[in-house]
Amino acid sequence: MSTATQRPLNVRFLATSFLVLWLILAAFPFLWTVWGSFKVEGDFFSKADWANSMFGTLTQAETGGAFTGAGYFGAWIQEEFWRAALNTTIVCFFVVTISLTCGTLAAYALSRSTYRYAFWLLLFALIFRATPPIILVSGYLLPFFEWNLWGHLSTTIIVLVAINQPFTLWMLHSFFKNIPKDLDESAMVDGCTRFQAFRHVIIPIMWPGVITTGLFSFLLAYNDFAVTQMLLSKENQTVVPKLFSFLGTTQTKGNVMFAVAAVVSITAPLFVMIVFFQRQIVSGLTAGAVKG
Amino acid sequence: MKHGSFFWFVLPSVILMILFIALPIVSVVTQSLYTQHEQVIVTVENCGPFGCTEAQSVDQEATQALRDAQPLGKFAGLDVYKDRNHLAITDVARAWENSDSFRGFWNTLMNLPFYGALSFTLTYTAIVTPMTILLGFAVAIAVNSVARSLRGPTIFFSLLPMIVTPLVGALILFWMVDARGILGTGLQWLANDPTLSVKASTPMMWIMLMVYGTWSSIPFAFIVYYAGLQTVNQDTLEAAMIDGASRWERIRYVVIPHLAPLTTFIALIQLMDNFRVFEPIISFQAQAHARSLSIAIFTDLGGETRLLSSAAATSVLTIVFVAILLSPVLVRTWRDFGTSK
Repeated sequence: MSTATQRPLNVRFLATSFLVLWLILAAFPFLWTVWGSFKVEGDFFSKADWANSMFGTLTQAETGGAFTGAGYFGAWIQEEFWRAALNTTIVCFFVVTISLTCGTLAAYALSRSTYRYAFWLLLFALIFRATPPIILVSGYLLPFFEWNLWGHLSTTIIVLVAINQPFTLWMLHSFFKNIPKDLDESAMVDGCTRFQAFRHVIIPIMWPGVITTGLFSFLLAYNDFAVTQMLLSKENQTVVPKLFSFLGTTQTKGNVMFAVAAVVSITAPLFVMIVFFQRQIVSGLTAGAVKG
Repeated sequence: MKHGSFFWFVLPSVILMILFIALPIVSVVTQSLYTQHEQVIVTVENCGPFGCTEAQSVDQEATQALRDAQPLGKFAGLDVYKDRNHLAITDVARAWENSDSFRGFWNTLMNLPFYGALSFTLTYTAIVTPMTILLGFAVAIAVNSVARSLRGPTIFFSLLPMIVTPLVGALILFWMVDARGILGTGLQWLANDPTLSVKASTPMMWIMLMVYGTWSSIPFAFIVYYAGLQTVNQDTLEAAMIDGASRWERIRYVVIPHLAPLTTFIALIQLMDNFRVFEPIISFQAQAHARSLSIAIFTDLGGETRLLSSAAATSVLTIVFVAILLSPVLVRTWRDFGTSK
């Protein structure tokens, strides 16, 4: 360590305690909810004594064990959350593949063109990126009803792909900018067409950027609420609108635990994703900023 | 790149954006100039043994036929914008004349749906954005100065609040601050008031929404700043130290200027995202206390009768505000491009 980066003890103590505080703030709500999802409602919301939610006093009394899977059973089997999970898988898979296919082609062209219209296209993409999705939804409803497009998974997939495009373009654009122009240009000097140069020279080396962008496309599709809630019919719901429908019917006892179980089920895949792709997510977040 | 090949490469992406982003915006603008057909009223004469009475009733069939024939509704010009749910021009003018103090006028204004939503959205954006930047910077500086062993877990857990579905993250916090949840009970204990409920109080609701907003975007600012800190020139830092700069002075005069461009980037992304604040209000069931512009549109679209024109007018007004918000950035990007050519 150079002398410039050495810290006095009190500064280090302050920094460490601040960090520990932030870590608790960031992680504790999730751990708490995962723990609570295996309890009954009386323990999850323990008015009498907060220690109940730790030791599961009421869960013990009602079910005979300290943990219960009743919330998960109710949500996944009784309320057919599995159907929503299946729909989400379909939607995410197609949104990511179509977004990346259209996005890589366009972003590659944008990164290689020096004309002014390429810049205008990126600028418009930025404006589109700033438009709240709910505004677009209010534009879709009438035509979709008129042409009987409302409610289908395929419509939602195409809409999500389109809403993803501006972001995908910007991100992939900054990745392609970092691939030297000489590579594909020398291939073209050797007689390749532009598309052949893209196919044989760029595609083999573009995967790190594409995987990172794909992760963010997945997140946009998976986390969306405005579009999926307004454009999907009840039987085609994905997990997030399904969770929202649990919230509307929480009057009866125990139903709120369905929602808690659904919340944990929705978070789990994201958690796994961070475990495996932490490096790519971080590089994606910084890609636009540090270089641009 | 040649014009021809550029055209074919961008074609799929551009078609998608035109069909599903540009055209819907046009459709929203058109829709906002129309309003729903009024119900067709027919007068029926009922003649009984005690003479005839005239009754008016709604002709459901004719109304439906008219609505089906012209789904857009009838042309209304700017009427929808001027009505009570949007710019409320007559109400504002009346309030301006009648209220004796600015405070009274302000209160009347905040009770109008559109201005209420606008003021929440702007307050939220104006508070959450700087809070995120400040706290994100603090976390990044802290991570940078602790032992390496703590860095991995910090980055891992820090990603959670940001990556998790907004509706879900907000729900998790909402359940914890519920009067029966752990944080809610803790607050009651702290305030020594067993009836304290976040759900029931407008200021508490606003604060909770902003706490959620900050909590969920600190990670983004943190990661970007942390990456920036790795590229601070160590020689400059050391030189500043030899010249006698204190710890704080080194941060102030070396690190912060280095991170300035990153701040612009974070601020831009955060402004865009905070201005569309939507999911937390749904999760917190806070529509009674805090309505954002997105919520106003969502409420119009949902429910029994879809108020398409009303939603469209709010949408257009929102777009105008987004454009104002973005204009400095757009002008700067445009100028940068002009000079770089």
